[in-house]
Amino acid sequence: MNFAAVKAIYLYEMARFWRTLLQSFVSPVISTSLYFVVFGAAIGSRIDQVEGVSYGAFIVPGLIMLSVMTQATSNASFGIYFPKFIGTIYELLSAPVNFLEIVVGYVGAAATKSLFIGVVILATAALFVDLEIQHPFAMLAFLVLTCISFSLLGFIIGIWAGNFEQLQLIPLLIITPLVFLGGSFYSVSMLPPVWQTITHFNPVLYLISGFRWAFFGQADVPIGLSLLAIALFTGLCLAAIAWIFRTGWRIRQ
Amino acid sequence: MAPIVEVSNLTKTYKGGFQALGGVNLEIEEGEILALLGPNGAGKTTLISTICGIVTPTAGSVRVGGHDTITDYRAARSLIGLVPQELTLEPFETVMNTVRLSRGLFGKPKDDAHIEKVLRQLSLWDKKDNKIMMLSGGMKRRVLIAKALSHEPRVLFLDEPTAGVDVELRRDMWDVVEELRKTGVTIILTTHYIEEAEAIADRVGVIAKGEILLVQDKAELMAQMGQKQLQIDIATPVSTLPVSLVDRGLTVEESGTRLIYTYDTRAERTGITALLNDLQAENIQMTDLSTTQSSLEEIFVGLVKESA
Ligand SMILES: Nc1ncnc2c1ncn2[C@@H]1O[C@H](COP(=O)(O)OP(=O)(O)OP(=O)(O)O)[C@@H](O)[C@H]1O
Ligand SMILES: [Mg+2]
Repeated sequence: MNFAAVKAIYLYEMARFWRTLLQSFVSPVISTSLYFVVFGAAIGSRIDQVEGVSYGAFIVPGLIMLSVMTQATSNASFGIYFPKFIGTIYELLSAPVNFLEIVVGYVGAAATKSLFIGVVILATAALFVDLEIQHPFAMLAFLVLTCISFSLLGFIIGIWAGNFEQLQLIPLLIITPLVFLGGSFYSVSMLPPVWQTITHFNPVLYLISGFRWAFFGQADVPIGLSLLAIALFTGLCLAAIAWIFRTGWRIRQ
Repeated sequence: MAPIVEVSNLTKTYKGGFQALGGVNLEIEEGEILALLGPNGAGKTTLISTICGIVTPTAGSVRVGGHDTITDYRAARSLIGLVPQELTLEPFETVMNTVRLSRGLFGKPKDDAHIEKVLRQLSLWDKKDNKIMMLSGGMKRRVLIAKALSHEPRVLFLDEPTAGVDVELRRDMWDVVEELRKTGVTIILTTHYIEEAEAIADRVGVIAKGEILLVQDKAELMAQMGQKQLQIDIATPVSTLPVSLVDRGLTVEESGTRLIYTYDTRAERTGITALLNDLQAENIQMTDLSTTQSSLEEIFVGLVKESA
C-alpha cells in the first residue's frame, strides 16, 4: 500500500476545502436555518408532535441526511470528474498507485467534508431545538457510514460521467427525490397505506429511519433492517468500484 | 548492461479500430538521451502513454528497469517521470501544492529542500505560491517538468517539451536536460524540431504511422550528413564503368548518363581531382556537375515519405 500517495491525494483534496472554509461553513448554516424557519415555524406550528417528538427536532436527522447525502455525492463525483475533464488524471494513471489507493484518497476526502457539514448542521439545529441523542455512537456510526457510502457512489458517478450534465443528473434526478420521499421530513406512518407500501421500496428510507432511531429511539423500520440496508448499499458501491478497477472502465484507453 | 527501457512488439489499437502502434521494438540505454522524431499522428504520444501506463497496450510488453509495466507496475512506474504534451494542470491550485502532490503520489517522503531545488532550477521559485492560471504558457510547461522531477525519476519522458516555447526558454530547457543527464537520468523526448534532436540527443529515432523507421546514433547520422554527393552528367551513356574507375566508388544511375560519387567533406582528401583526371583520361565527356548534401531533415523526410 502506497500510504504516501493516499495521504497526498487526501491532503490535496482537503486543501481545496480549507481554502473555501468559510463558504463550506456558512452555506449549511444558512440552509439549515432556512429549513427551520420554513418547516419548523410554518409547518411545525400545525403539526405539534410526531411520535412524541417535537416536529422541529423530528426533522433534524432527515435534514442532516439530506445535506450529507447530496454533499458527499457531489463532492466525490466532482473530485474525480474534474481531473478527468481537464486531463490531470494522467498523473494518477502513471503514478505507482493502485485504484484502491485512489479511491481511499478521494472518497476519504469527500467523506470528511460531508461529515464536517453534517456536524455543522447538527450544531446549528441544536441552536433552534432541544436535541437529545439517545444512541450517540450509533448516530455517529450511521453518519460516518452514510458519508462514506454516498462518497463511493459519487466517485462512481464521477468516473461514469462524460460531461457536466451527467455529473448532476443522478444527484438531481435520483438522490434528492429519494431523500425527500424517504421520510426525511415526515414519518411514514403519516402517509396513506398505499404510499407507505411504495415508500418501503425507497432505500433511503432505511438509512434515514436508522439515523432517526439513533436520535429518538424510534423508527419507521426495524433498526436491523436499516443496518442491513446501509451495509448492502456500501457493499454494492464497493463491488462496482472493484469492477471499474479491474476493467479500467472509462479511465484507461 | 540491460537496457533501462525495453519495448517489445508493442501494439496499440484504439477503440474504433485505429492502429496507432504497430509492433514497436525499442531499447533505451541507461543514461542516454533519445530524441523521437515523427510527424503529427505518428504515434509518439501513444508510445509514451503506453510505456507510462496511461494507455493499455493491445499486445506486446514494456519493461522499465527490468520491471514489467503491467505485472510489476509499481516498481516500473516509480522510476518514471512524465511531462505530457498538453498543458494539463489544475488552474486554481498553487505551484507548490501541485508539485507536492506529484511527489506524494510517487510514494516519496516529503522533502521540501528537493522541491525547492527543482523549482529554483526551473526558475519557478518566486512563483511557488502563485495559482497556475496566473502563469504564462512557458511557465506552465516548466511546472509540468517540476512535477515530473519532484519524485526523482530515473527515466524521464518529455513529450514535446519545447512546443510553443521561445528560443531563450528552449535553450534553458536544453540546459536542464543536460544537467539531468549529468546525474544519470535517462531522457526520452519527442520533438518536431530536427535542430533540437541534433542539439541534445545521443540517439535519434524516427517514427511514422506507428512504426519505428530508424534508431541511430546521432554521430552516425551526422556522419551521413557530412557526406556529399557529386553528380556528373555525361554525354554518352555507359552501362558499365571503365576498369580504371571501378575502385573509385562511383555508381552509375539507371539511365547511364549520370555518375554519382559520394565523398566525405571532412576528409583530408575528397578524391575529386583524381576522379576528374581519370574521367578525362577515359575520354568521358561531362555535360554538368552538381553536388548535394543530405541533412538530417532530408533523411527524416525521406524515411517518412517512404513509409507513406
Ligand atoms: N484516444 C484515442 N482514440 C483514438 N485514436 C487516437 C487516440 N489518441 C490518439 N489517437 C490516434 O492515434 C494516432 C497517433 O496519435 P499520437 O497522439 O500518438 O501522435 P503523435 O505522434 O503524438 O502526434 P503529435 O506530433 O501531433 O503529438 C493519431 O492518428 C491519433 O488520431
Ligand atoms: Mg503527441
